[in-house]
Amino acid sequence: MTSGGIRRSFAAWAGLALALFGGAAQAAPHPWQLNMERGASTWSQVPYHLNNISLGVCVVIGVLVFGAMFIAMFRFRKSRGAVAETWSHNTTLEIVWTTIPVLILIVLAYLATGGLTSWADTTGSQMTVKVTGYQWKWRYDYVSYEGKPIEKVGFMSKLDKLSDETRQLDSGLNPYAVKVGNENTYLLNVDKPLVVPINTKIRFLITGGDVIHSWWVPALGWKLDAIPGIINAAWTNIKTPGTYRGQCAELCGQDHGFMPIVVVAKSKADFAKWLAEQEARSGKTDKAPAAVATQAGSAAKTEQLAAVLPKVKQG
Amino acid sequence: MSHAAIHDQHDDHHGAPKNFFQRWCMSTNHKDIGTLYLIFALTMFFIGGSFAMVIRAELFKPGLQLVQPYFFNEMTTMHALVMIFGAIMPAFVGLGNWMIPLMVGAPDMALPRMNNLSFWILPFAFALLLSTLFMPGGGPAGGWTMYPPLSLQSDSLAYVVFAIHLMGISSIMGAINIIATILNMRAPGMDLLKMPVFVWSWLITAFLLIAVMPVLAGAVTMLLTDKYFGTNFFNPGGGGDPVLYQHIFWFFGHPEVYIMILPAFGIISEVIPTFARKPIFGYKAMVFAIASIAFLSFIVWAHHMFAVGLPLGADIFFMYATMLIAVPTGVKVFNWVATMWGGSMTFETPMLFAVAFVILFTIGGFSGLMLALVPADFQYQDTYFVVAHFHYVLVTGALFAIISATYYWLPKWSGRMYSEFWGKMHFWNSVIWVNVLFFPQHFLGLAGMPRRIPDYNVAFANFNMISSIGGFLFGASQLIFLGVLIHGVFFSKKKATERVWEGAKGLEWTIPSPAPHHTFDVPPVIHDEELAHGNVNA
Repeated sequence: MTSGGIRRSFAAWAGLALALFGGAAQAAPHPWQLNMERGASTWSQVPYHLNNISLGVCVVIGVLVFGAMFIAMFRFRKSRGAVAETWSHNTTLEIVWTTIPVLILIVLAYLATGGLTSWADTTGSQMTVKVTGYQWKWRYDYVSYEGKPIEKVGFMSKLDKLSDETRQLDSGLNPYAVKVGNENTYLLNVDKPLVVPINTKIRFLITGGDVIHSWWVPALGWKLDAIPGIINAAWTNIKTPGTYRGQCAELCGQDHGFMPIVVVAKSKADFAKWLAEQEARSGKTDKAPAAVATQAGSAAKTEQLAAVLPKVKQG
Repeated sequence: MSHAAIHDQHDDHHGAPKNFFQRWCMSTNHKDIGTLYLIFALTMFFIGGSFAMVIRAELFKPGLQLVQPYFFNEMTTMHALVMIFGAIMPAFVGLGNWMIPLMVGAPDMALPRMNNLSFWILPFAFALLLSTLFMPGGGPAGGWTMYPPLSLQSDSLAYVVFAIHLMGISSIMGAINIIATILNMRAPGMDLLKMPVFVWSWLITAFLLIAVMPVLAGAVTMLLTDKYFGTNFFNPGGGGDPVLYQHIFWFFGHPEVYIMILPAFGIISEVIPTFARKPIFGYKAMVFAIASIAFLSFIVWAHHMFAVGLPLGADIFFMYATMLIAVPTGVKVFNWVATMWGGSMTFETPMLFAVAFVILFTIGGFSGLMLALVPADFQYQDTYFVVAHFHYVLVTGALFAIISATYYWLPKWSGRMYSEFWGKMHFWNSVIWVNVLFFPQHFLGLAGMPRRIPDYNVAFANFNMISSIGGFLFGASQLIFLGVLIHGVFFSKKKATERVWEGAKGLEWTIPSPAPHHTFDVPPVIHDEELAHGNVNA
């Protein structure tokens, strides 16, 4: 099954899905949000539409089954004089309600398999970023961009200072006051975001430095566990510039709730400028730039990681 | 069938021992041990529930107000362990203990002394587990799944591992006992395919227990040796693999999920025919569906692990296998509806809970189907959508079935009718607040709120507050349940008849209420048309 095929199948359903659930792309969760966001990458449509289609199927089945149940509860009440019948099977009916679910499942499986296959294909990426989860922050190492290796651009990314102060027990600070512009970013902001270009197939190599974490930005459409000893790969291709927020999605200890992820997607030109700046800065300090942002312990880890990086690039 | 009851009269000379210690601590009587299991489960239900109250109180609004994050994690971990191993499973074992011998016409469980041991291990296991909360390092806080390397950071790991070993031993002994009873102790004429669906569901569940509890014991023992004896099963630094643990754990864990729902299917299949006054629709299909679900439960474990980065082929296999479960589960739901269709229904409390079970468990099944679709699961995994899903199947599924069974059989146990008015109060409060509690969690998950976090962005505030309010009131509603039980066991003036419910059929309704200390010393004579599911071969 080609990913083109799956997109066409989804397109057929999209009208219905849009009509039912609305479709504005969201970069961050908003109050009273009822449904999954559509996302901002080329692939993030897949879970969004699968979610809507499968929900639609469930609602239809639910209406039929619960409808039949409520009719039964109304019609066949003893208080309305109903007399119990004695039949206790009906082979035709049983074959029908075994077969119909199988057919529905085949359709859902077809759609899901196509979407999954396109997700699993990390070939042909134009950029590679290594993501490492630590208790309780993320490290990003830029490995390559447009076929060229990137030297010494890597940094730790942890919860922003304002959220961190506000989230302390009895801090007396108001979570509603943690804002960037108009957006409330309480627990969803970091000191240094991951910056990536749009319209670029980016391959993420995801691993864990201590325990298992999970790297999840809902707008990209997937999460993938960051596991010590294993390097997982996934890809994204972001269509629109913007700031996309996510969180660690695997319990990783006491501050699991306090290690957000922020991805800033820039145009290719802006990204090239940003990258050049970073490379220039790292050339000046010579040591890993993360040392500026984080404490000494992390700096030591940074050096270990720098030693590992060349191997990852070849793999 | 009535001669069994007559026969009991001359058994009175060895009724229950008068001495409290002898009667309850040294009991080998399936009814008394069943009662002990049920009281234990109820106690654990309130302890686990109080942990849930702490969780919902902290999540009432954004910002940390009450507890430190580590303690919050202890609460989520302990809530799960206590509810799963302390409340739901012992409640089903208690119901099985009480009812299986009565339903198949056996005088007691096959292995009565082992029955005593399998119960009395439990209080010690949970004393060990709960004591960790009072220790300097705190209790386990790595989630009930105990994924390494995180779980290896806990100081209380050894306590938890030994507690789980004890629970496993207890469960395995209980399961052996149930299998031995069902296969060897049925009254003549009670063929396998004439057994009540509840007995069938327990027979299959017992095999699941024997198959998977040793797997859990093995997995947690490997954690123990990794932490204290220098092995590296799950340590990549020594050539191990953290994902190996997840495979082993979920090979236990998924059948475990069905261990907690199959007996519920059995209960609902007893209650609905009674109050619809019509035999269960498709008895053989119901039994076969339970067996199919049990088989499939062994080949779907990795659907808990879609986000760990499995190979594409594995993702596809586990997705398809998981989706297949919808077919036998669908058959069960359709058959319950078909049982109601054409019946002559009344809605006493057990029936109300059973009807709510069918609807709300099905909602949990729907979200389960959505979770099976791997690309969608990449979004749902480890969010509140999953929390909503498994609480729909475990609270409005397993727990509602247990409550339904309690109201259904309580008059048989105590000989008194519970208060129907307060039973209904309990039902309506439970069913409303449980939905206020869990339904908004679907929205939270879809909007991107991860599970197991003590604090959240303000965008999630509204639904969390609604959910917490539902939680507090659902918790409070269970105090009504406690009141109804105490009244129905000790104080109710209304005596229960032998049959209790007009439409009740099956051997357990042929003995007096309350059930005498010893029943069916002489096997009853089975009349097919008097069985709960009618004459299957007719």
